[in-house]
Amino acid sequence: MAVTETEVDVRSVPLLKRLTEPKVIIGLFVAMWVPLMLYVMFGKYIGNAKDIMLLPAYPATVILYILGVRAFRESWVAVLGLTLVFFWIFMAVTAPYLPLLDPNKPIAPFTVPFTEKRDIFFWLGTDFKGRDMLSRTIWGCQRVLVWGVTATAVAYVVGTAFGLIAGYLSGWWDEIISFLGNVLLSFPVMVLFIVILNYLGPSGFNIVIAVTFASAPAIMRIVRGLALDIKTRDYVFAAQTRGESAFWIMVVELLPNVRGPIIVDACLRLGYTTVAITTLTFLGLGLQPPDPDWGLMIKESAGTAMLWKFSYMLIVPALSVSSLILGFNLLADGLREMSLRD
Amino acid sequence: MFKLIGRRLIQMVLIMLTASFILFVIFDTPEFKKRLAIQELGGFAVSALDETTYNEWLEKKGLNVPFYQRYFNWMGNTLTGDFGFSYEKNRDAGPLVWEKLANTGILALGVFGLMIPISLILGVLAGMKEASLQDRAVSFISVFFTSIPEVATAIILTVVFALGLGWFPTKSAMISGFSFHELILPVLTLVVYDFGYVARMTRASMAEVMTSQYIRTAVLKGIPYSRVILRHALRNALIAPFTVIVLQLNWLLSGVVVVEVFFEYDGFGKLLLEAALFPDIEVVQACTLVAVAVAVISQIISDVGYTFLNPRIRFG
Repeated sequence: MAVTETEVDVRSVPLLKRLTEPKVIIGLFVAMWVPLMLYVMFGKYIGNAKDIMLLPAYPATVILYILGVRAFRESWVAVLGLTLVFFWIFMAVTAPYLPLLDPNKPIAPFTVPFTEKRDIFFWLGTDFKGRDMLSRTIWGCQRVLVWGVTATAVAYVVGTAFGLIAGYLSGWWDEIISFLGNVLLSFPVMVLFIVILNYLGPSGFNIVIAVTFASAPAIMRIVRGLALDIKTRDYVFAAQTRGESAFWIMVVELLPNVRGPIIVDACLRLGYTTVAITTLTFLGLGLQPPDPDWGLMIKESAGTAMLWKFSYMLIVPALSVSSLILGFNLLADGLREMSLRD
Repeated sequence: MFKLIGRRLIQMVLIMLTASFILFVIFDTPEFKKRLAIQELGGFAVSALDETTYNEWLEKKGLNVPFYQRYFNWMGNTLTGDFGFSYEKNRDAGPLVWEKLANTGILALGVFGLMIPISLILGVLAGMKEASLQDRAVSFISVFFTSIPEVATAIILTVVFALGLGWFPTKSAMISGFSFHELILPVLTLVVYDFGYVARMTRASMAEVMTSQYIRTAVLKGIPYSRVILRHALRNALIAPFTVIVLQLNWLLSGVVVVEVFFEYDGFGKLLLEAALFPDIEVVQACTLVAVAVAVISQIISDVGYTFLNPRIRFG
């Protein structure tokens, strides 16, 4: 959250060109993401289909990772970031098929890592209720990933829409949208999160709303700046002379041209959102028990495990969440480096 | 320039009005009133209350007054310096907020005192020679530490220094008066999270200065390299980080929430979270006004300071 303004230059970034077959990649992404999203968000309503649902996502993740590494191989920072992120996505997708203990079943409380108790070997020990830490850590990444990415995506849709309107239509639209953006931006992020989640109640969908309120104004500013620049290009004038509607120009002429520069920003923002979700859950405003989640694991252990012997209960989720965020940030760093070199 | 400052201040007042209005609307909903009643009378008592007794309670608390009237009352009181009353802590909100803000100020002083030298030195070292080993190392260290969220940093530091080595206490509640010892872990946590960002900004600024004509001229004139760096480059390279550092004040006010809650440090962030959860409306309002003021004023300081440091920039 330290970064309030990201340095995105107006030049379009030909990052997408590195991905030789965009349609295949989008298809694979959908195959990976949609089952995972349905699984985490609507798992309750799906019933028996749950067992086979994530099967198509599993090969899609692997292929996507290989394609990604090939596309970004010139920057080891980006590859390292991609590896970290995909490691957790892979864990999220395969969690139901791994030979793990039930993450919510209490077995043997306060078992330290690498010990055997009740004929079960605990790699990472158990928490204060006796639930297996390894299984909770792996299952925990599902919720963080799905809600984090969804929240960021929604924030981008809202922010981009308002940014395009403010930048392209200008005038009163710009004044009003910019003022509202300024109001939201001058709230400290935490006040905004706390007030919104306290008002709506803590849940995943409400986190999406809170993150949208917190992130969309900053995205709006970036897109607005880009739109102001692109608006003066000849192809926009050409479209205006053809008599295209404002909506059509925004979607067809402006949107594809602001897409490049905001990709790097999106990676960084995925990192912030992950931080925000973990932090909010830690403060008791986010995802609710009993399902495993890293922020929740920290919150629950912070009250019970303040001893050197049991510190693994805190360290394991802390390192997991750090590695995921490090992945997003390194990816963003590598992408920026590559885009500057082009 | 005064025009600019004036415009900013007017904007600040507008933002404060909008923000406080939104907060008032949110906290005026029946659910929030009910939650306040539950906090004060207990859950069982509220569910057992009939309509008239509940209304009497609302009247006693002054919560049944129409919304706009309460808002205007609150606004009038605020203008005269009365920030209202904390239901939770049972005392005036104004002094309460100032007291906690002072505690957070001590924390902030520690953070800035440690972060500024570290990040400036690292940033300058990295920016001196672009793409050198030290540049890559500093960049990686910055990204690495900024990627660890404050909760995780707090945990790792606590586990290593408090639980493992036993050098510092795990909590910083400071029950028996101020203690420098207890301040160290929260300060370190915030510094570890924040220094990377400032270091990267310093690096970018330094790298840009090093490519400029006058540095090349100075080097070609045969001035010793250390003198070129210290006398010629640094002066110009430190202008941009100055603005970034001032803007960190704003980040700090929301960044401290987690750290203060984790270490139980009795500051602004903890007060804000507790007040919002209670729901202690007037304390939340006061905190928000303070936060907005800090945000806008730090923005003004950074803009004005920038023009003083960099004479090439002038406000039109």
